[in-house]
Amino acid sequence: MTEPLLRVRDLAVEFDTEQGVVRAVDGLSFDIYPEETVGLVGESGCGKTVTGLSLLGLIPKPPGRIASGSIEFDGRDLVHTSEAEMRAIRGSEISMIFQEPMTALNPVFTIGTQMVDVLRLHKPLSAAQARREAVDMLGHVGIPAPARRINDYPHQLSGGQRQRVMIAMALSCGPKLLVADEPTTALDVTTQAQVLEQIKKLQEEFRMAMILITHDLGVVAETCRRAMVMYCGKIVERAPIGELYAQPRHPYTAGLLNSIPRIHAQRPERLPTIPGRVPDLLHLPAGCRFSPRCERSMERCRVEQPGLDGGESAAACFNPVPA
Amino acid sequence: MSPIAGGSWKGVTLTELLLQVRDLQKYFPVRGGLFRRVQAQVRAVDGVSLSLETGQTYGLVGESGCGKSTLGRAILRLHEPTAGQIRLDGADITQLDRQAMLPYRRRMQMIFQDPYASLSPRRTVAQTLREPLDLHRIGTRAERDARVHELLDVVGMGPRALNRYPHEFSGGQRQRIGIARALALDPSLIVADEPVSALDVSVQSQVLNLVADLQRDRGISFLFIAHDLAVIQQVSDVVGVMYLGKIVESASASAIYAAPKHPYTQALMSAIPVPDPALQRTRIVLGGDVPSPRNPPPGCPFHPRCPQAMDRCRSEVPTLKRPAGTEGGHLVSCHLYD
Repeated sequence: MTEPLLRVRDLAVEFDTEQGVVRAVDGLSFDIYPEETVGLVGESGCGKTVTGLSLLGLIPKPPGRIASGSIEFDGRDLVHTSEAEMRAIRGSEISMIFQEPMTALNPVFTIGTQMVDVLRLHKPLSAAQARREAVDMLGHVGIPAPARRINDYPHQLSGGQRQRVMIAMALSCGPKLLVADEPTTALDVTTQAQVLEQIKKLQEEFRMAMILITHDLGVVAETCRRAMVMYCGKIVERAPIGELYAQPRHPYTAGLLNSIPRIHAQRPERLPTIPGRVPDLLHLPAGCRFSPRCERSMERCRVEQPGLDGGESAAACFNPVPA
Repeated sequence: MSPIAGGSWKGVTLTELLLQVRDLQKYFPVRGGLFRRVQAQVRAVDGVSLSLETGQTYGLVGESGCGKSTLGRAILRLHEPTAGQIRLDGADITQLDRQAMLPYRRRMQMIFQDPYASLSPRRTVAQTLREPLDLHRIGTRAERDARVHELLDVVGMGPRALNRYPHEFSGGQRQRIGIARALALDPSLIVADEPVSALDVSVQSQVLNLVADLQRDRGISFLFIAHDLAVIQQVSDVVGVMYLGKIVESASASAIYAAPKHPYTQALMSAIPVPDPALQRTRIVLGGDVPSPRNPPPGCPFHPRCPQAMDRCRSEVPTLKRPAGTEGGHLVSCHLYD
């Protein structure tokens, strides 16, 4: 049995706000194994991006902080790693790609400069060698005429191309784990298809593990082997992908899957919806956080918070959807 | 509730065309150089024709830069068309001056994409909803107040929302307020520009159901603009696919989803990630990027990315028409069907 590459236990991330302390991530535990693709799914505000950022030590402090819990990567404790040590890890061992490629890339430097920067930070290369590798990598991610485009500024590239540059930068040092935060959400659907294919290809080639953070259940179905669903800072369900989609146990997962418009042979009837809305993290309900919106909630749910068992499949629910 | 002016009402259908758009063009000049001369034109909408019946929804789908938002705005004359004609209930409204447009403006309204940018942060919900009623002098003040209450109720929000400001609401709620505002004047036509794209899935479905209800209960016609084909199918009777300022395929929703003809439509359908891991399928992945309307390719605008491009496609621009040997309303702009 292989050892997990990443082991997160009871992670809690808090932010100070004017109205009080918000726990964006409240007791997350999960493992990621080498070379696997895991989806971290949820809607806005569920804490998935904060989870991704905490893995790379990118939580802005202040106003945020990792309040408790542990993140163990390749045997190393990342929570208590210094910033200097994190800089060495970011990019070379764990990399991240972000949703908005225009804001993630520095607009006043050419992409060549930015890529060479990353390469020389982590590898003992001369400027010329680094540049050659960068051109190579650009070609690898499907940028046409890479030797020419390497001198472009981010604004001279399309959204899809910028995203590919970001992927090239993230992969240039061969990290073991890639955290991809909504990598294709900002892209057109045809470009999204291209970029996802690219990411899959590169992941296999570089033998990386990937955490794909997204709200798009379609993207998860097509790229991940297993997935974790988040709601209000907690994981509410985790399962291998086939099982999660065919037989969701948690009512929130089931509700989400049912409410996605899909293309049918004939025009579908009214879309099922989840009534109500996501609670304010400052005013969380007692008991299960989903219970106010849940058709299956019982007395117990309003008072007690369900826990999440270990194992490949689990749902944090006292009254899960029957098989 | 007051009856709809010029539309249909609960079973009384008028099959007149509510909206007819003919060869509409909207070009934006690109100015540059020392004297800011016009150097080029961005052909955002490049000869679009479509029609919409009362109580029908036309789903306009396409990716960024295809011109769909510009088309929606041009139809409402929020952009002045460069050429072409717009007819509302038979009347030519393309060139009417501000005064003459007023009665027509009551009948066409818009819902915007960004629920955060489309409501004035300095106005309460009540003020936002009253504004159209005040502008058009609908009823007495008391009647306007009553109407505002009614509107909120229709979109599923309570009267407590009235004295709040937009920042106090979520995206989905703001979108509902935007819909309430669009309904204030009892329009016959609503142009909904990506009304659910900025919303989470669970909220999206609530808003889509609301739109469907409004269409069914009040006979409002929608020009529903989106980039998501699944969303479009949920609401549309007729679908038009746009690419680089032109409609490349249009058909009834059932026809287009059953058998898309244009290679771009096929790629678009294929590109959508399906939330079903058990589904095996071959994806059509298009090469290249979505081109810019500033520099459209010669011939068919889609040819550089088309998996089925022929020689002819590089030089000859196809026209939107019925494929050779077919009947009915399924139109394609593609040399494969000549």
